[in-house]
Amino acid sequence: MEFTLKIWRQANRSAKGAFVDYKIADIEPDMSFLEMLDVLNERIVLEGGDPVFFDHDCREGICGACSLFINGRPHGKGEGTTTCQLYMRNFKDGATITVEPFRAMAFPVIKDLTVDRSAFDQIIQAGGYVSVHTGGIPDGNAIPIPKEDADMAMDAASCIGCGACVAACKNASAMLFVAAKVSQLALLPQGKVENERRARAMVAKMDELGFGNCTNTYACQAVCPKHVSAAHIARLNRTFIRSGFNKPKE
Amino acid sequence: MEEKLQSKVPQGSIAEKWTNYKDTQRLVNPANKRRLDIIVVGTGLAGASAAASLGELGFNVKVFCIQDSPRRAHSIAAQGGINAAKNYQNDGDSVRRLFEDTVKGGDYRAREANVYRLAEISNSIIDQCVAQGVPFARDYAGMLANRSFGGAQVSRTFYAKGQTGQQLLLGAYGALSKEINKGTVKLFTRREMLDLVIVDGRARGIIARNLETGDIERHAAHAVVLATGGYGNVFFLSTNAMASNGSAAWRCHKKGAFFANPCFTQIHPTCIPVHGDFQSKLTLMSESLRNDGRIWVPKKKEDVERIRKGELRPADIPDADRDYYLERRYPAFGNLVPRDVASRAAKERCDAGFGVNNAGLAVYLDFADAINRLGPKVVEARYGNLFEMYQNIVAQNPYETPMMIYPAVHYTMGGLWVDYELQSTVPGLFVAGEANFSDHGANRLGASALMQGLADGYFILPYTLQNYLSDQIREPHISIESAEFEAAEKAVRDEINALLGVKGKETVDSFHRRLGHVMWEYVGMAREKDGLMKAIGLISDLRKEFHQNVLIPNTFGVNVELEKALRVADFMELGELMARDALQREESCGGHFRVEHQTADGEALRDDDRFNFVAAYEWKDGSEPVLHKETLDFQAIELKQRNYK
Repeated sequence: MEFTLKIWRQANRSAKGAFVDYKIADIEPDMSFLEMLDVLNERIVLEGGDPVFFDHDCREGICGACSLFINGRPHGKGEGTTTCQLYMRNFKDGATITVEPFRAMAFPVIKDLTVDRSAFDQIIQAGGYVSVHTGGIPDGNAIPIPKEDADMAMDAASCIGCGACVAACKNASAMLFVAAKVSQLALLPQGKVENERRARAMVAKMDELGFGNCTNTYACQAVCPKHVSAAHIARLNRTFIRSGFNKPKE
Repeated sequence: MEEKLQSKVPQGSIAEKWTNYKDTQRLVNPANKRRLDIIVVGTGLAGASAAASLGELGFNVKVFCIQDSPRRAHSIAAQGGINAAKNYQNDGDSVRRLFEDTVKGGDYRAREANVYRLAEISNSIIDQCVAQGVPFARDYAGMLANRSFGGAQVSRTFYAKGQTGQQLLLGAYGALSKEINKGTVKLFTRREMLDLVIVDGRARGIIARNLETGDIERHAAHAVVLATGGYGNVFFLSTNAMASNGSAAWRCHKKGAFFANPCFTQIHPTCIPVHGDFQSKLTLMSESLRNDGRIWVPKKKEDVERIRKGELRPADIPDADRDYYLERRYPAFGNLVPRDVASRAAKERCDAGFGVNNAGLAVYLDFADAINRLGPKVVEARYGNLFEMYQNIVAQNPYETPMMIYPAVHYTMGGLWVDYELQSTVPGLFVAGEANFSDHGANRLGASALMQGLADGYFILPYTLQNYLSDQIREPHISIESAEFEAAEKAVRDEINALLGVKGKETVDSFHRRLGHVMWEYVGMAREKDGLMKAIGLISDLRKEFHQNVLIPNTFGVNVELEKALRVADFMELGELMARDALQREESCGGHFRVEHQTADGEALRDDDRFNFVAAYEWKDGSEPVLHKETLDFQAIELKQRNYK
């Protein structure tokens, strides 16, 4: 197969970026999208150029490192997949493919197709955990948890923190990301204790870092590689509103 | 035992040792903890849990990760589960049994006191993770669910869908984030450790490269914890993540830390077969699939031929013409034999010409019986996401046609030698998780890696590091201005400049691929003397060629090719040591199979008289490594030939 790639090149955080066209041939249909980029990069290196920088690691669709905005969609057009699990057989031979970084004010471009997603870590650091310390814990079966709740918590917890939800949202909102964590922990007795405090802290951090507000378009849910449901946003909203009434005096 | 290899196993019966240790170890009072600095390199299960727990105790912790976020460490990819001796299923499990299974699974090449401690701690890990909000699978009574796994006859594996590693890591990442928020832990992302700094005989810091700016940084501490994972990527193709590498451990080795059992590599039986030269990595399908999937190849060569030509579908072959070879050879364990046994059996069938894909390097993993027995709904609930993943990669539906699988490099049991306290031969350098030579002997059982990483980080290092640091309380913050830091930084800069200066004609990946071919061919699933000697020569030649002909762009800031070149240069040295170790170990045990040493029916043949030891290598600049031996003293368990029949 052969393709024309329009790839966003940007030397560093402060440089101005632009699209650069590359022609690429002899691509096999069973190659993943990232393996296709590996082929391109090997060629660029042999020609004495600077290879395209993109984040990737596990290449099994679970670490959340790969990103890429492919033909106007985070992780490309595959349903419920990350870029590393997108295969070239899904593209038409001879097609032109546009590859950009995820775009959001809170995700500044580091270089080329790589963005800085440390804002997600900062949101978690603000309260996305159970404040339990190591040791002195009762038996794992001490508190029964209804299977339905455990399963629903698992669905929320399957978020891989890739940021596709933010990239797809016209407001660059991180609501699905925040909701997934708040919802997971709200559904479990261990996390309920800090539920409202957690929701307040994480939402405040999200706002502070420049993510936009949620206007319920559900673009996030449509592109989420792990099918995290926008229903979790409703649970976050309920928790957040309730927390406003119950807010302790600081 | 040799002077340098004091295992420091505490007194008492095996069941009392860890308690005795904790009762008598030295402590550091809270005011002094605040004055002591610890560096943790790596944020996988071992690193994140260690950094979080040490931060909670009040130490100043600096934690480093190679990725953009600590949550991306490769622990995340573990699918199947985590073992613990809870005996929730009332099926006869106990700490003793988990201990025995792990020692036996590792083919009696692990230190028994460490393994017993691991089994003992396993139960606390589950409690800890539940308290963190890890959404383990549960039954309708709300109790934790278990599944069975290879190498065990009880159901002791806890799981969170097919994402157990991810959920456990997110638990540890949450704990780490909590400490970062409190200010006890400082996080450094996109950093790669390039050297260990030793001052007055103690590990006192690291040299790291900032992967975004290219800056070379110095970081000092009273102690260093290495939790940087395994070195499976020496084979180029493995189930490891792209950034997983052996350099941090290797550079510690070159600074004096002994490297133990480098040849013990785990080849995982259930991976998606290689399908092209362009391939960048291999994908593992969880071992849990062997619970309900049955592994087979056709009995008749003509059927194999017709399948390869596409004239016959696997479903068309009647049961009588299928060879369920694991059930045939190992009736007691069937499809649930340990990984090394399952991998070798697949290789044996494929070498005999029964492989079912075009390359002849694949066997079937069939769910038709399970679907008939349990219905597609139950099978989907258990394995849905794995099936989806398989279908996405291979474009075949496992509900309709059996999966094709083949073994692939997955885990390295070898690693830096550590004593009972997880301290290496360099005082102040502690090693946790896959990076140490660990508790798995010559073969790791499924669902034990997660257990070990978290045991090391949550429940062992917080005790043993305190013991080490108790006499360091008068030591002020370590300066980064010393001659030792100066020299270490200069060496790193010189090395980088030398690599950039080669300006050759071949890419780093091309060299890495060539190294991988040599390793897979001669130091892979079956090893023999001539092949290993050949490999040592080939690797040595390849290394010379690499340093004369590698091509790396000379760019400032981000330079991924340079990152890879530094790692591949180390892999070439490590690969040679692996071959030397495999050559030295004239026996078959666990994942290490020497063709010359097998029973009449092709099973691994151990030699306890000659090789009942841990091989620990000392680096020597410019000459061959020196082998030191830690004899394994089995008091609590009887050495037996493994039998899964």
